[in-house]
Amino acid sequence: MAASLLTVLLVLMIAWEIWDGSTLSRHEFGWNFLLPWVESVWNPALDRFQAWPAIYGSLITSLIALVLAVPFSVAIAIFLSELAPPVLRTPLNTMVEMLAAIPSVVYGLWGIYVFLPVVVTPIGRVLAASVGSVPGLSLLFAGPMPVSGTSRLAAALILTFMVTPTIASVSREVLQAIPRSQREASLALGATPWETVWKVLLPYGLSGILGAVILGFGRAIGETMAVTMVIGNVSGGGYSVLRPGYTMASIIANEFAEAVSDMHTSALIEIALILFVVTIILNVIARWLVASVNRKTMGS
Amino acid sequence: MPQDLFAQIDLPRVYRRRRLLNDVALSLTGVAVALAVIPLVWIVVYVFLKGMQNINLDFFIHLPQAMGTTGGGVTNAIQGSIVMVLVAVVVAIPIALLVAFYLLFHPQTLLGQVLRFSTDLLAGVPSIVIGLFGYAILVVPFKHFSALAGGLVLAMIMLPIVIRSAEEMLKMVPKEMQEGALALGAPEWKTSLSVVLVAALEGIVTGVMLAIARATGETAPLLFTALGNEHYNVVAYVRQGISQHQNVFQILHKILVEPTDALPLTLWKYAQQPYPERVAQSWTVALVLMFFVLTLNIGARFWLARKRRQTRG
Repeated sequence: MAASLLTVLLVLMIAWEIWDGSTLSRHEFGWNFLLPWVESVWNPALDRFQAWPAIYGSLITSLIALVLAVPFSVAIAIFLSELAPPVLRTPLNTMVEMLAAIPSVVYGLWGIYVFLPVVVTPIGRVLAASVGSVPGLSLLFAGPMPVSGTSRLAAALILTFMVTPTIASVSREVLQAIPRSQREASLALGATPWETVWKVLLPYGLSGILGAVILGFGRAIGETMAVTMVIGNVSGGGYSVLRPGYTMASIIANEFAEAVSDMHTSALIEIALILFVVTIILNVIARWLVASVNRKTMGS
Repeated sequence: MPQDLFAQIDLPRVYRRRRLLNDVALSLTGVAVALAVIPLVWIVVYVFLKGMQNINLDFFIHLPQAMGTTGGGVTNAIQGSIVMVLVAVVVAIPIALLVAFYLLFHPQTLLGQVLRFSTDLLAGVPSIVIGLFGYAILVVPFKHFSALAGGLVLAMIMLPIVIRSAEEMLKMVPKEMQEGALALGAPEWKTSLSVVLVAALEGIVTGVMLAIARATGETAPLLFTALGNEHYNVVAYVRQGISQHQNVFQILHKILVEPTDALPLTLWKYAQQPYPERVAQSWTVALVLMFFVLTLNIGARFWLARKRRQTRG
């Protein structure tokens, strides 16, 4: 009982500490801290702070990662739950989940010295040369990418690897929770296995898979170390994904230890507050969606 | 009429197309799995090859040398990781077990539901935010970065993982065992401790292993709590303490209040330093860390799978 209260209290204390710690910044900057149309400055020397560049960095890297990871993850979930022979299922599943077990710093190290020069820099060069000067798209793809490859794109690609196992394993659980009768009914009507997956199982599990995606979003937005190591840690930097930037998590990791003024510290804690609120909302929605598939099954 | 309708459709062609779509789509899901395995293999193999290049005994038992010189080890980080993970285990596991038992006995009460909800929330809080929180409540009041602060923050990371897996495992213990013990006149606490807990023990241990793996690899929460310390050396503290006739608590105090290094912290710092020797060592740190984490993960999975087969058989 006491231990239980302690656990509940812990969450409340986290919320209280970062709410309290960000008072200075919240009073000084108000809602302007968050808004995109305010002139974006993050200037410790002037003690003026505005979180939009970091929020943008978090959003764009996470969204790119999701767009790339979702088709893969759902395909992996389908393969592991519907197709893989039992002998292969466990080892393959373990391998996919090991992607999530590798510590974030190891991703960062591999990212800096292997993935960035070998993969990201060439992709960045091609993107900058092709769509970088197309009107409209140039906002997102203006070059040049730094030679080292450190950029929002690098962070997004590494995040893709990191969220794939999360989305895949939750989606797989969702698919496996679908009653056998659904599959049998579809196959008995003459549908091919793929048609069964595409027209019966995916629609049935849609809300759960959506929940898995949102869970992945929460994971991506809170991911710190690997992103900090490859994103370049520059405030501002426009909107291009080929340029270095910041995310909410990486700006805290990078600047908190060196923050001298109270306002700087407070502004960083306010970013933590945003991160906390966003991840809590995402988690609540995701769990509700995943649970809704099970409710549907029990109801029928 | 229906016959006319069918006559207009080239059935074999439709059928072939459906079969083709089926085969192509299903093969693509297999390709996706193969593609997901590529980064895993790439990382593991690369870290292994790079890390093996300068793994030796010195690496494990010596303190770091001055920047820019070769040699030296990361024993400070290894010892620091061990100390902080131990602190986390000692703190998190009893609390997690108590919470899991509470959830087992009162699943539907208000506190039970709030509790399950907060556990989920705690699991979702980004580790960097937990690190900031740890800084605010464990570092600022004592004006000191310490192994204790680092360990307690890691405990917060472990807590939801252990609670969830322990709850899951306790639920799997047949109700009849519990009822049998109670019917024999055993008090509730004794039933919990010597029947339910023992029956679920193996499963709980695997959950703890996964939580340890996760905590060992965490960097973000330690940045502002343990900070890092290239001279952290438990062995030396103990030796010094004994030679000065200090008691156990004085030695323990020294071990726990010093700023401390950890393997992931060292990796993070070394990877970004402009000294090739340090970068080379960071690959070895990555290898040690990855080996430990993956072994725990795979071990826990195998153990659990075997246990499941046994219970089914």
